Amino acid sequence: MSKAIKTPKPDYSIMTPGQGPVLADLIVIGGGNAALCAAICAAEAGLSVTLLERAPRVYRGGNSRHTRNFRCAHDAPLGVLVDEYAEDEFYDDLLLVTKGNTDEALAKQVIASSPEAYEWMTKQGVMFQPSLSGTLSLSRTNAFFLGGGKALVNAYFQRCEALGVRVVYQATVLDMHIEQGRCDGALVDVDGRQEYMRAKSFVVACGGFESNKEWLQEAWGPAAKNFLIRGTPYNRGEILKQLLEKGADSIGDPTQCHAVAIDGRSPEYDGGIVTRLDCVPFSVVVNKDGKRFYDEGEDVWPKRYAIWGRLVAQQPDQVAYSIIDNKSSELFMPSVFPATQCDSLPELIDKLGLPAEETLASIEAFNNACADGEFKATELDGLATNGVTPAKTNWARPIDTPPYFGYSLRPGVTFTYLGVNVDSSARVTFDGHESENVWAAGEIVAGNILGQGYLAGFGMTIGTVFGRIAGMEAANYANQ
Amino acid sequence: MQTNNYDEAVRQLTVCNSCRYCEGYCNAFQALTRYRSFDKPTVSHLANLCHNCRGCYYACQYTEPHEFALNIPALLADIRAKNWEQHVKPSAISKIMQISIWPYVALTAMFTVLLTVVSQTGWSSSEAFYTSISHTTLVSIFLPLFILPWVSLSLGVRSYWKSVGGSKLALSDLKTAFGSAASMKNLSGGQGQGCNYESTERYTHNRRWAHHATMYGFLLCFASTSVATVLHYVFNMPAPYSLFSLPKLLGISGGLLLSYGTFMLALLKWKSDSALGSVSRTSGEYAFIGLLFLVSTTGLILYWSGGTSFATGWLVFHLALVATFFVSIPYSKMVHGIFRIAALSREAQIQRLAG
Repeated sequence: MSKAIKTPKPDYSIMTPGQGPVLADLIVIGGGNAALCAAICAAEAGLSVTLLERAPRVYRGGNSRHTRNFRCAHDAPLGVLVDEYAEDEFYDDLLLVTKGNTDEALAKQVIASSPEAYEWMTKQGVMFQPSLSGTLSLSRTNAFFLGGGKALVNAYFQRCEALGVRVVYQATVLDMHIEQGRCDGALVDVDGRQEYMRAKSFVVACGGFESNKEWLQEAWGPAAKNFLIRGTPYNRGEILKQLLEKGADSIGDPTQCHAVAIDGRSPEYDGGIVTRLDCVPFSVVVNKDGKRFYDEGEDVWPKRYAIWGRLVAQQPDQVAYSIIDNKSSELFMPSVFPATQCDSLPELIDKLGLPAEETLASIEAFNNACADGEFKATELDGLATNGVTPAKTNWARPIDTPPYFGYSLRPGVTFTYLGVNVDSSARVTFDGHESENVWAAGEIVAGNILGQGYLAGFGMTIGTVFGRIAGMEAANYANQ
Repeated sequence: MQTNNYDEAVRQLTVCNSCRYCEGYCNAFQALTRYRSFDKPTVSHLANLCHNCRGCYYACQYTEPHEFALNIPALLADIRAKNWEQHVKPSAISKIMQISIWPYVALTAMFTVLLTVVSQTGWSSSEAFYTSISHTTLVSIFLPLFILPWVSLSLGVRSYWKSVGGSKLALSDLKTAFGSAASMKNLSGGQGQGCNYESTERYTHNRRWAHHATMYGFLLCFASTSVATVLHYVFNMPAPYSLFSLPKLLGISGGLLLSYGTFMLALLKWKSDSALGSVSRTSGEYAFIGLLFLVSTTGLILYWSGGTSFATGWLVFHLALVATFFVSIPYSKMVHGIFRIAALSREAQIQRLAG
């Protein structure tokens, strides 16, 4: 999927709040993990539920399509999870990545609810598998979905079908009629035809705004045009913007997105997991002017790829080139596209379209600064350069053994941090007051807990826990 | 779709290798993660491990209309069939019998005429069961038919085995391979939930059970024939046998299973999305399933119509189908079983040698 999605023009004339039949007890806006969890829980509690998925069936599931695991606390081995992962350790891990930028109560609520959520997921037909090859470090903390996130989404949609949830695909919500924190209905475009849908309650679980490049440009300037979006092109954040305009309290930095350095040849949207490129720590990275700009060996890659997303975004044309030699060619997960490969450096530099003199000079300066020492690929080996700026502080080995390989790098946006504020019952607050009938879950509330940084698999935990709460709370309200 | 060239296989498998979400479905994906690049023997090996369960397709983020356009089940089905066609000689016969129903129709017609002529030229003996066609005549027709295909098949598998770099087998390799085949382990979905063959995103056991019925039904029928052969030659006990004799018990239960299994396999194939298989070979696959169904069903009808005048003509038809089946073994889809065992053995061998 390499095209941006357009939003139809709303026909406000058909919005008739307070009039017409109430279509459902609950309308769920969104079709990813959190939306599905909410729909299932509400339907299990007896509600009539309509789920509005903006994508066509083949692309249903939002960014959950691309996910692979669920971070989960447990005191003893649980399903595919080994050993234990105590709630305190989980919370400490969160503090580390967010640098304390989290709502402690909500975070602890999500963490404490995660083992129960795991059991619940299993009952809904979600299947887990042991840690994938190359991800053994996660076997204690993260439960992997058999077949990945799309298989999870499939299981949830089947469960929805069994429970009688009405699923509408290609349904774009254009407007929500909200007065004093109460929603009457939503203006929806269903495959080109618009209608006003009324319901007793609403769960908003339609993600962030990472696929809205115009919005990204507000914070990043024209550079954002060159960003690649790793997930669904349907997360345009228009409902998020409306909720904020209509008085919902915001949370999270409105300018920030989580971006990682990915393969520069990836599709503009929806490239998903395979676009990651793990060669940077073993390489020399130059920008399009042939200049090095940061310590490639600062830390192990999972701890640095997000920083590199930002670094590459700051380079001219938002592109960089990672160059390795034969010594390092098999030290990282295979890339989705083959590397540019040549037997000599000048040839490679030419093929990559880099300036010959500057690039060669950068690599020569780096090579001359490499010192003797023991190289250890899987740990911080302290093999550092001496007398080159910027220094490379680990895994610094000269680029001197043909064949040589080059990859281009670009920033790949994963998600945005801006969201709506919710309380512990997933209810959206408007000007500090709880909404009467609007709940939110998933990426649109993640900023409450993940103020910055990211913890693998935690997005799915937040989505599942808050999705379930939102569904059950909406049911309590609608059943009154 | 471009599924029949090696470059396309490398492209798709490379996407899989940088994703790996499907590792839990079957051993083809577990094997895939051993490689950083895919040469032709590796692609062949992975293709012959694949059972076309389609779990990976329905879980895939990258199927069309996504530009990565992955369709691993169809890709590997094509490559698998090309392997059979390439290694089992003569390739020209393989190729036509993999794609078309007509060779089967023609062979059956030819054998029907041949056997009718033979049965009416007075070669009949007075042996009770073989009043229509003498036993010796039957044997002289069927024995070469039985042996020649096995020669061709053996040479074909040997050629495949060499091409994927197979070395001397250990008993444990064969044990692992036959164990997997006997339980259809790689059609279990990885955790016993079943496969997605005909049911899109849902997991069912339908195909696994249908295949079990077909495979074990066939083996029972084969056992029945073998036992009868031993009774005939070793114990001088020619047919007919009573209902509670070993040949009859094996034959009837096997025939029922085989008829049911092949009927179900055809039904599931009809329900399934043909774009996820080897599209150009769909007719050949139906022809093979249909042939097996007819062999067992005509056999069962023959048993119940024994002694009537109808039985004579019917026996000729049944035997013509059996002859067609035996002649076509190395060239029909039947060959998949042998290549599958070879691939499973090779996989067990690779894992054993890696320690």
